[in-house]
Amino acid sequence: VDLTFTESEEAFRAEAREWLEANVPRPPLPSGDTRDGFARHKEWERTLFDARWAVVSWPEEYGGRDASLMEWLIFEEEYYRAGAPQRVTQNGIFLLAPTLFELGTKEQQDRILAKMASAEETWCQGWSEPNAGSDLAGINSRAVRNDAGGGWRLSGQKTWTTRGAFCDRLFGLFRTDPDAERHHGLTYFLVDLRAEGVTVRPVERLDGDEGFAEVFLDDVLVPDRDVLGAVNEGWRVAMATTGSERGLTLRSPGRFMAAAVRLIELYRAQTDHADPTVRDAVVRAWMDADAYRWQTFWTVTRLMDGGRTGPEASLVKIFWSELDVRLHETALRLLGADAELVDADGGEAAWMKGWQFALSGPIYAGTNEIQRNVVAERVLGLPRR
Amino acid sequence: VCSVSPGGDGVRFAFTDHQLAMRDAVRGFLEKECPPKVVRDAWTNDTGRSGLWSRLGELGVLGVLAPEAHGGFGGSFLDLVLLLEETGRAALPEPVVEHAAVAVPLLDGARAEAAAAGDITVTVAAPTGVVPNADTVDLVLVGDDFAEPGSLQLRQRASVDGSRRLFVIEPVPTSTDGDAFDRAALGIAAQLVGLAAHMLTTTVAYAKERRQFGVPIGSFQAVKHHLANVALALEFARPVVYRAAWSVAHGDDGRSVHVSAAKARASEAALLAGRVALQVHGAIGYTTEYDLHLWMKRAWALAASWGDAAWHDGRVGRAILDADHSPKEQ
Repeated sequence: VDLTFTESEEAFRAEAREWLEANVPRPPLPSGDTRDGFARHKEWERTLFDARWAVVSWPEEYGGRDASLMEWLIFEEEYYRAGAPQRVTQNGIFLLAPTLFELGTKEQQDRILAKMASAEETWCQGWSEPNAGSDLAGINSRAVRNDAGGGWRLSGQKTWTTRGAFCDRLFGLFRTDPDAERHHGLTYFLVDLRAEGVTVRPVERLDGDEGFAEVFLDDVLVPDRDVLGAVNEGWRVAMATTGSERGLTLRSPGRFMAAAVRLIELYRAQTDHADPTVRDAVVRAWMDADAYRWQTFWTVTRLMDGGRTGPEASLVKIFWSELDVRLHETALRLLGADAELVDADGGEAAWMKGWQFALSGPIYAGTNEIQRNVVAERVLGLPRR
Repeated sequence: VCSVSPGGDGVRFAFTDHQLAMRDAVRGFLEKECPPKVVRDAWTNDTGRSGLWSRLGELGVLGVLAPEAHGGFGGSFLDLVLLLEETGRAALPEPVVEHAAVAVPLLDGARAEAAAAGDITVTVAAPTGVVPNADTVDLVLVGDDFAEPGSLQLRQRASVDGSRRLFVIEPVPTSTDGDAFDRAALGIAAQLVGLAAHMLTTTVAYAKERRQFGVPIGSFQAVKHHLANVALALEFARPVVYRAAWSVAHGDDGRSVHVSAAKARASEAALLAGRVALQVHGAIGYTTEYDLHLWMKRAWALAASWGDAAWHDGRVGRAILDADHSPKEQ
């Protein structure tokens, strides 16, 4: 065990910190889950990309720095410490890109990755359907072979598509074998949302942003080059993505450490602490964020030794999502009756916004009920039925 | 490889092959020599102990922190933490934390050598005045000084965990050695992790086996979620304990805060594991014929000793909320 960073890691941290301090937009950008805010965030992503901070862990040829996992974690810590904007490219760079690196063709990688990293092309996720939420294998949207068009004709409906109303492209699963059931006969497609036959309807989320969308597909032609992985192997391909979503890449500890530090600042800014139990909750939020950090270093060391993320990733998703809820809940307790004032100046209104976002954590990327099933069945080995 | 050089190969949060091999050896030894019957016997035998003390010395468990010149391993808490976790897993009825984690580094030459070999046993008076196994030890650390048990006013008390042979000393001792306290709390935290892991493993096995309504009870979602919550508590307690072991081993400035995080989360994990284990076992777990209670009662006792979760959370709170500086963030 050695818990000291190398000189080069410290230098990497210092470089990131210095650049972020000089470049993070002030005042903060409007929410990236609105049309105007999304445009501003795309500009920010371009700035990040040009300075090669958008995708530090990627190869240089696609705009990265070939950074190690440890350096990526350091970058994340610095990014959130600096109060930098949300990442509107996250579903592309954290969810689709790992799958592309693992299972995509060189042609796909060359065509897609750099534009994804620079936000020239933005990506949304097309998993959920009206009848396929936690039970993702219940997908009904279908794709029919179209030899004349050199591809597939897609029809059906995707829903709860984050930033779907603003993004350029969608990745998702469609049923290519109508006789196969559940996890079989699905194929992973990359869909141009500007294509003929696509209709996108924005849906307002709990926090008032149009951050959701329904995506209707009516006989949309998708060329063969936009099939990711093998036909009818989509479930296996998609699982590579959900592994990264639940595990390391989507929500790194830096985000929660930074939020816990802000929570401590909020606590300290108050002189009258009428409720002594809220102090315990502040301490606990910071300790849990810290625990997540060390659990992550533990996991990363295992990965650097050649291990892989497995079903243990479900434990991680449960932990950070429930921590995030508790942390924001504590902030609202500190704010008391002021918490509802969402037009407040300064950072106070951000807590109500953050709280509403935190509430989605135990739901998205597989509800925490499903995650607990995964832990019980695949980590502990309890029987499925 | 356990590198300890600052600015060396970078963050490497894993134990060395040697540390893991030593853990496996101790686990194998305790599985064979300290089955539940040995724990159970300690409730009623004359000593409240296992009879394995000198063999633990031979195995090297007791002298990890003793200098090599005095027959020890010259190791650090990183070499000890996994071994203490194993003694928790086995619910070993011995004052091994008091002896190996707290007292041994404070002993002078000849006594350190005897302690490393397991020729003598040293226990420690906790800040509450509780002294485990005072009737069978050679020395007691009271405050900052060692005393022979015969020279002390000791009164026997009964623990809910009958394998803990407890005495109390008056007046309550005061120590100026914060590091000794931290080593005790961290050692107990490691044992609590082992206790929790054992209760989770045995309860999962029971839930796979026990059938009701024609199916294993482990197939019911309510049972699954109970057990997943224990796995969650353990997953996020363990690295915190190992991180504190690093901080203690290296004299890190934040070691007391790190130890407190470790003891708090390990205490909670073990209490939750016991609670869930009992619920999943049902009535069989509520009997003393069944072994679960041996582990559960140990967890109850240890979770509250050397500071419970609330006390340790409070110590962290004083460090991060009341100090002038912001919490350490890298």
